[in-house]
Amino acid sequence: MSAAPPFTAQEMMTVEAARLLRNDDVCFVGIGLPSAAANLARLTHAPNVVLIYESGPIGAKPDVLPLSIGDGSLAETADTVVSTAEIFRYWLQGGRVTVGFLGAAQIDRYANINTTVIGDYAHPKTRLPGAGGAPEIAACAERVILVLRQTARAFVERLDFITSVGHLDGGDARKRLGLPGKGPVAVVTDLCRMAPDPVTKEMIVTHLHPGVTADKVSAATGWKVRFAGSVEEALPPSAVELHTLRDLQRRTAVAHGLPAKSE
Amino acid sequence: MAELTSLRRAVEELVHDGDFVALEGFTHLIPFAAGHELIRQGRRSLALVRMTPDLIYDQMIGAGCARRLMFSWGGNPGVGSLHRLRDAVENGWPQPLELEEHGHGDLSNAYVAGAAHLPFAVLRAYAGSDLPRFNDRIRFVECPFTGERLAAVPAVRPDVAIIHAQKADRKGNVLLWGILGVQKEAVLAARRAIVTVEEIVDDLRAWPNACILPSWTVTAVCCVPGGAHPSYAHGYYERDNRFYCLWDSISRERDSFQQWVKHHILETEDFEEFRRVLHEDLAKEAR
Repeated sequence: MSAAPPFTAQEMMTVEAARLLRNDDVCFVGIGLPSAAANLARLTHAPNVVLIYESGPIGAKPDVLPLSIGDGSLAETADTVVSTAEIFRYWLQGGRVTVGFLGAAQIDRYANINTTVIGDYAHPKTRLPGAGGAPEIAACAERVILVLRQTARAFVERLDFITSVGHLDGGDARKRLGLPGKGPVAVVTDLCRMAPDPVTKEMIVTHLHPGVTADKVSAATGWKVRFAGSVEEALPPSAVELHTLRDLQRRTAVAHGLPAKSE
Repeated sequence: MAELTSLRRAVEELVHDGDFVALEGFTHLIPFAAGHELIRQGRRSLALVRMTPDLIYDQMIGAGCARRLMFSWGGNPGVGSLHRLRDAVENGWPQPLELEEHGHGDLSNAYVAGAAHLPFAVLRAYAGSDLPRFNDRIRFVECPFTGERLAAVPAVRPDVAIIHAQKADRKGNVLLWGILGVQKEAVLAARRAIVTVEEIVDDLRAWPNACILPSWTVTAVCCVPGGAHPSYAHGYYERDNRFYCLWDSISRERDSFQQWVKHHILETEDFEEFRRVLHEDLAKEAR
């Protein structure tokens, strides 16, 4: 074993996800990991990115990460705050969102999302929180980026429930369904980054995080995961990225009166 | 015209067993005092609707108020599961809970359709999702102009909507600001509406486009300072994130939950006394 890298797998995931946001993006932000990554992007390479939260804030610039999707800091720092119905009607369905940044409990190889139940719907083994805004975001955002930790329990061969559609059964499924957005263009985990195969739309590993092996990714994936012809190694977090992220998390922990989390 | 009255009387007169009830407030301005009063008065068999059940419905479900829940996201925001909701769904405790689930865009616009007195809302979503397979109130219609296939959901028209707002004037006109969620739509969609407020003032001093519910759209206005705690009231107090975290351990087991409800809600007179008891808890803990 080499010496431990000076950053955690979780930090690598957040940094790598943040890099996928562009300065001219209008981003519909999910809570948790996506919110950390979106705000890191805003505080580093994408100062003009517009962050929209489903509770109504448009152009939110929170100084600390919100604990809930409707924290007061989002409203106070936003360009405007509209009703929840309007956010979905005019801004998302109206075609103004270029990227949807989402988390998930489980995904399959076509980046379909389950956040509803594990097991049978009527008698679930585990009742998950449900859809939130994800079905509409996954349908309408120009492109979708998913951020979640990679384990064989989360990356499954077959979902018990498809809450929000990724590429359904692959190929031109989204076109056939009449969905306006391109669907998931990336899945970023604590081990790697995946992108859809241009034809089959199966998620393929394109980048490994520094120090992560292909075997490790395979072991953490419930389907027989495929790798791109030449898999690249992701750049480790820069000093600026790491400093900005840690500072954001420190401020967040202080503001919420919670123990610091490395998220 | 809204009647200015006590929360106890408003709930006694306007919310009946078996009613279809919406307590709205998207993370902000959640009407916790009203939820507690429903528990205190022992309302039963309610059909509840709320985009995010949050702690307020976790408490009401665990206390046995609900037979049905219509919702779009049921977690403890930033913390984890709603244990009482899960226990009702997974184990039928304290009674089975029938679920009807939607997405946020869908449910928020079902309120809009309710306020507009239209039969349904349309949206572009759900193609390929399993939700319509398990919820037959999500269906598809064809656009009469373009032929596009769109999702349709029935309008939400509750018997009673209950919200919390910052201010009312003495005539019962209500002003709210900050994150607005679907409160205005919920009130306009409902047959009766109860609004609890932080304070009652002589003059709202509102700007022309402010979110105002005119007195004649509301049935009862009740002054309950702090009535959104542990959620927040913009301009008055912040979200009590610590309580949201604490709720995870209070609600995890049936015994600890029942003790909490008994001590804090059933054995207190009103929300003011609830706040006093809660404060004593914290003081004890700090010692």
